[in-house]
Amino acid sequence: MTDTPPAFTLQDLKGVTRSFPTGRPSLICFAKEDCATCNLVAPLLEAFHQAWGEHADVWMVAQARDGAEILRDRHGLTLPILDDGALRTSLAWDFESVPAVFWTGTEGATAPVMEGFVKAEWQALSAHISDALGTPAPQVDWAGLPDWRPGCGSKHLDPDIHDRLVAEAEGSPIRARRIEIAGSDDIDEFMFDQGFSDGLPLVPPTPERVIRMLAGTTRDPQDIVAIVPPNMAPATVEKVAINAVMAGCRPEYLPVVIAALEAVCTDEFNMHGVNATTMGASPVLVVNGPIRHRIGMNMKLAALGAGNRANATIGRALRLVVRNLGGARPGGVDRSTLSSPMKFTMCFAEWEEGSPWDPLHVERGFQREDSVVTAFAMTSGPVQIVDQESRRPDQIAGTLGLGLEGMFLPKIHRMPVDALLVVCPEHINTLTVDGAYPKDRLRARIQEVTSRPLREMVSNDVSGAGIPAASAAKMTAEMLATPAPKFADGRYIHIVVAGSEAGKFSAAFHGWVTGAMGSTVVSRKIDC
Amino acid sequence: MTTILDPTDERVPVERQITPRTGSIPGVIGLLDISKPRGNVLLDELERLLAARFPDNEIRRYAKPTFTKPCPTDLRLKIKAECSVLVEALAD
Repeated sequence: MTDTPPAFTLQDLKGVTRSFPTGRPSLICFAKEDCATCNLVAPLLEAFHQAWGEHADVWMVAQARDGAEILRDRHGLTLPILDDGALRTSLAWDFESVPAVFWTGTEGATAPVMEGFVKAEWQALSAHISDALGTPAPQVDWAGLPDWRPGCGSKHLDPDIHDRLVAEAEGSPIRARRIEIAGSDDIDEFMFDQGFSDGLPLVPPTPERVIRMLAGTTRDPQDIVAIVPPNMAPATVEKVAINAVMAGCRPEYLPVVIAALEAVCTDEFNMHGVNATTMGASPVLVVNGPIRHRIGMNMKLAALGAGNRANATIGRALRLVVRNLGGARPGGVDRSTLSSPMKFTMCFAEWEEGSPWDPLHVERGFQREDSVVTAFAMTSGPVQIVDQESRRPDQIAGTLGLGLEGMFLPKIHRMPVDALLVVCPEHINTLTVDGAYPKDRLRARIQEVTSRPLREMVSNDVSGAGIPAASAAKMTAEMLATPAPKFADGRYIHIVVAGSEAGKFSAAFHGWVTGAMGSTVVSRKIDC
Repeated sequence: MTTILDPTDERVPVERQITPRTGSIPGVIGLLDISKPRGNVLLDELERLLAARFPDNEIRRYAKPTFTKPCPTDLRLKIKAECSVLVEALAD
């Protein structure tokens, strides 16, 4: 015996309202008209109704209104046939296939559900009920029935239906405000009008889509992932999932979006400042670890560009959360002078297998088998660094340095600012042609080739930027000859590998204000 | 009708949506003339059509003193108390 199934109230085909528990013993059978086994048992149920109807309720619950009528007419049924076209009762009663038969006996306890048709089980149940009710056995030609027939999948488990039913059911994990969009409204235009969009079309976040998205994480939908600036809005897993649906994510991307949001909503990353700066900064997300392959991220040909759903929509989902929950919109808290296409999306994976170095996340203290997302606050990029001629390791390392010298402005050096260098596989080949070329050697080479005497950084008629002339006037010739590399320290140079195996084109992203006044690179392990 | 879930922090109300159309009207139908020229002509015709289609519903007529000013509070409350739906003839 099991717990009594949930109460329900449904109408039968005659318009009579019928409720369970019925107050009497009851045999409830869920069925659908296009199931051969349901049609096999329909006459049996009618015979049960004839035999036991005075002492017990024998009801068929049909999973479609028109199906109920078909079953009635096809088999000449007189037993009450209830309409569960909405499938809510089917969902609540939680069975997998039809026919599904539930017997609630005189003691009020319900027998375990019988699904499909196993003649011996049906015969045993029939004998048990006749005995319990003290009635003659139903008139059934058991010998003419097959021993066993499988049931059909219950309609409420149809993938197109089930997620909507779960979203609408009592106990649904959905808490977000539901917005009813009238049939006369264009849903896409409505979402644009509400300001939900980054300017591109959105996938409507219907409850069933959000339910499917939530299946991508084991976290409770009401867990708070982060407090999102500038509104300091609590971002629940559910709210992140809604925005991930709109961005076009698949459910398996959701853990990456969640980890990325955790990373950028830290004091270190300073998402508020990144949003607000007139420099137009935006997070650049780099994904490492096994999840890259599992969700099909692009780390090779066109890794930094269009064409891969995971790369494109994970970055976009993060931006939409920041926009919709955080409230950071251009003209509001986002004060970018020019902004950047990175404010639509910027996310890619490192091609660890193509790298001679420890991957980014291992370098930052994680295990190789961890999946990790790292967020960089960047204002420009990807800026190409082109060199098809160099054949020696120090030459190509020199080129990468010269390519980085343009960050912000070539004449500005000793910058305490992050850069993210993406080295392409052909440049890696050149770097390692004579053997290992450690990252720190590359960093040192970048600093070496970009070192210029301070006098080249003094404000002049070509460019007023740099060391003020008045300050330079107080410096000795020796001081002005001091070489200054591009970066205040090699640790500001972050290096990953990505791109196609053909082409000698690396790229760099240029940072924003690095450190406590600005943003610091943050990595978060992906919960997957 | 499509339902979507609010992606925002829900601090701003969503714009009001059109009430679902049920095919029937309960209670009194109000017709409000804002006193723009020929608004009464439109409402006369509308009243004739509504009376034919909804013979069981009472139809009541109201008029604003002038279209140049908002509806007086008393009139607004009276309409709200007496009617379940209101059709307003807005322009001439």
